[in-house]
Amino acid sequence: MRRRLAGVALPLLLLAATLVACSDGADLTLYSGRAEFQVKPILEQFEKATGLKVSARYGASAELAAQIAEEGSGSRADVFWAQDAGALGSVDKLGLFGPVPQDVVSVVDRKYRAPADNWTGVSGRARVVVYDPRKVPAAELPASVFDLTQPKWKGRIAIAPTNGSFQSFVTAMLIAEGEPRTRSWLQGIKANDPRNYPSNDLIVKAANDGQVDLGLVNHYYLFQLQSEIGREKTVARNHYTAGTDPGALVNVAGVGILKSSKKQADAARFVEYLLSEPAQRHFAEVNFEYPLRPGVPTAAGLPPLQAGQGPPINLGDLADLDHTLDLLRSTGLL
Amino acid sequence: MALAGGVALAALLPVAYLAIRAGGGGWSAVADTLFLERTARLLARSLGLAAAVSGASAVIGVALAWLTVRCDLPGRRVWRVLVALPLAVPSYVAAFAFVSNVPDLAGFVPTFVVLTLLSYPYVFLPVAAVLEHVDPALEDAARSLGDGPLTAFRRVTLRQIRPAAATGSLLVCLYVLSDFGAVSILRFDSFTRVIYQSYQSSFDRRPAAILGCLLLVFTLGILVAEARTRGRARYYGGSRGARRQPSPVGLGRWRWPALAAPVVIVGLALAAPLGTALRWLAESVQASVDLGRIGRAGGATVVASGLGAAVTALGAVPVGLLAARSRSRLAGIIERSAFVGHALPGIVVALSLVFFTVRFMNPLYQRLPVLIFAYGVLFLPLAVSSVYGSALQAPPALDEVARSLGKRPIEVFRTITAPLIAPGVGAGAALVFLTCLKELPATLLLGPTGFETLATRVWSATQAGAYGDAALPALLLVAAGVLPTWALTRRGRTTAT
Repeated sequence: MRRRLAGVALPLLLLAATLVACSDGADLTLYSGRAEFQVKPILEQFEKATGLKVSARYGASAELAAQIAEEGSGSRADVFWAQDAGALGSVDKLGLFGPVPQDVVSVVDRKYRAPADNWTGVSGRARVVVYDPRKVPAAELPASVFDLTQPKWKGRIAIAPTNGSFQSFVTAMLIAEGEPRTRSWLQGIKANDPRNYPSNDLIVKAANDGQVDLGLVNHYYLFQLQSEIGREKTVARNHYTAGTDPGALVNVAGVGILKSSKKQADAARFVEYLLSEPAQRHFAEVNFEYPLRPGVPTAAGLPPLQAGQGPPINLGDLADLDHTLDLLRSTGLL
Repeated sequence: MALAGGVALAALLPVAYLAIRAGGGGWSAVADTLFLERTARLLARSLGLAAAVSGASAVIGVALAWLTVRCDLPGRRVWRVLVALPLAVPSYVAAFAFVSNVPDLAGFVPTFVVLTLLSYPYVFLPVAAVLEHVDPALEDAARSLGDGPLTAFRRVTLRQIRPAAATGSLLVCLYVLSDFGAVSILRFDSFTRVIYQSYQSSFDRRPAAILGCLLLVFTLGILVAEARTRGRARYYGGSRGARRQPSPVGLGRWRWPALAAPVVIVGLALAAPLGTALRWLAESVQASVDLGRIGRAGGATVVASGLGAAVTALGAVPVGLLAARSRSRLAGIIERSAFVGHALPGIVVALSLVFFTVRFMNPLYQRLPVLIFAYGVLFLPLAVSSVYGSALQAPPALDEVARSLGKRPIEVFRTITAPLIAPGVGAGAALVFLTCLKELPATLLLGPTGFETLATRVWSATQAGAYGDAALPALLLVAAGVLPTWALTRRGRTTAT
């Protein structure tokens, strides 16, 4: 009985396996560190507009960057779309990206692309302070994240220390303000007994549910919560710290074209599409991100990017997190 | 022997990779990474966690196996299936569910609880398989000599299940060393967390590889220590006549209170995370349930895990048999090598296979066979330990008699050895299947592009913050584990009669 079962099951499994394995034939292969819900609609629009077929492989940005590094010149990827500039910077450092054509990237502000144009940002996100207006009146809101070390915030702050965007923000502070100031800020935050959450969206939820007074997050989680539970149930608000405050860091999700790709022209078309008006509108309206193409409006309720917003740093430098993690650990936050 | 050696070499590929990556830039960098006070402290923490979880899992696994196999626990056949299922729950899902209900949950105790709840089946499944097949005559003999049921259990049965329980705990220990999901979400600063962080932070694969090597050294230490405790006991009965169906131990007035054990454990390990996911689904106004897609992912999961289980169990047969029958040093080394992949973080094993397939088997890269192979490297020890456990129960004299009567080795294997070790192979395959179901890092890196499993669906939903969308695939993930565990308990019954 058992043998007969195995005799039927094994060939069936093998047949199914070959069927699963034979679904290829794409024109472009994309490694995406961005979540599928953010990427898929754009891919469908691109396929419709150009007739090219894209097959996407999803993963975490850092792990895909490591995978691309391991693949080296034998990479299967034509384009790498990463969640943050740091992952792009690391692949660039290994010399695995080729330049994106000038006419494609020139629409993007220099601030949001690599020095040699080996990658470019396609959509932006700002660090914000999410707060519960029932607990924090507008007059009390901090002008800078540096104010959050004041004793009055003790026990009221939420952070996500294991989260990549929090770590990028600390890295930006480190680059822009130097180590002594960053260290004392981290010590101050630690002294204020912050509450630790595993992710940004849970902080926003907690602020909305009255569990924390304010938290350090990316701007779009509040908008996501709004569309998830409805506008009327969303009490929490975003507060934008001013000017070049590290708390106002604008990071990007961006793309690079692999030097080893044999489909350079199609890859460039893909990047061009991501920077085109329809795609940029999609990022703005559906993902609530900042469009990086001038002239495309931000989502309702989201103030547009300011010219000098955030600390003046090179986003590719956010790749080097070692120092940041050391600091976070030595101050006991991680 | 040659077969077993080949399997062991395949299992050691990640080690070669780590050596290549770690050795690539002079020894001072190696020293810099290794001789940090922090490295030592983290290693100690990881080992402490692994020891605690293994101990607790051994107690829970043995107790549940005894309750559900040997006692007249109400509904014991259903419980036998249910208590094995937490193995299919990804640790990051369980941890995330706990933290989302109780924010600030962090550190040793919550990590210990979550990991124990998810890994005791490593002990439960092999022990239950052995209990099912232990000759009750031995226990009867003890009873007839005046021992009470509990004393007889302790003096006779416990000794019989000791090897299975010990290897099960070893698997738990190695699994805990490699786990990343629970430790990262519950912020327990462990060694694996540092390995992952060094991938995520510096994007430099070297420090991670050096730390991986260190983890490897400690794994070898644990494996050697475990081998020493095995001793030279023999576990098979003498001359074996027809085996009688053991009569269940009457729990008397404890029959219903004893039910609390499986109820609480299944409640925490299965119902709590799945219930939380379902609550998210109910709360969310925009959850998108794409049934067709989840169905396809379910199919792909079953195919990949099924093939992974079949290939791994087959590979485990020569290794497990060799380890049980041969006392040679080489046999020991071969069997131990099979355990290495299980202690390494999934990302390390996955990257090592990226490295080797891109360079040496390029056409196969990101094709299903390589993913199946990765499952084999990661989970070989689960099947090896199970095969080993049942091979110990099978008296080698039977093979020897058959050989002396002129049967060829292959025939002996087919007619004598295979039926005897079949329960172990089956239990091993089931363990591997349950573990493959939830596998994430290798599936993401090595699966064909566009290939989706239930685990990757759960992951992409949580990544998107759409926790409600994770509910259905997570439920299916656990449901997919029902069939193999149920088949195992059925098989146990039919061979016993």
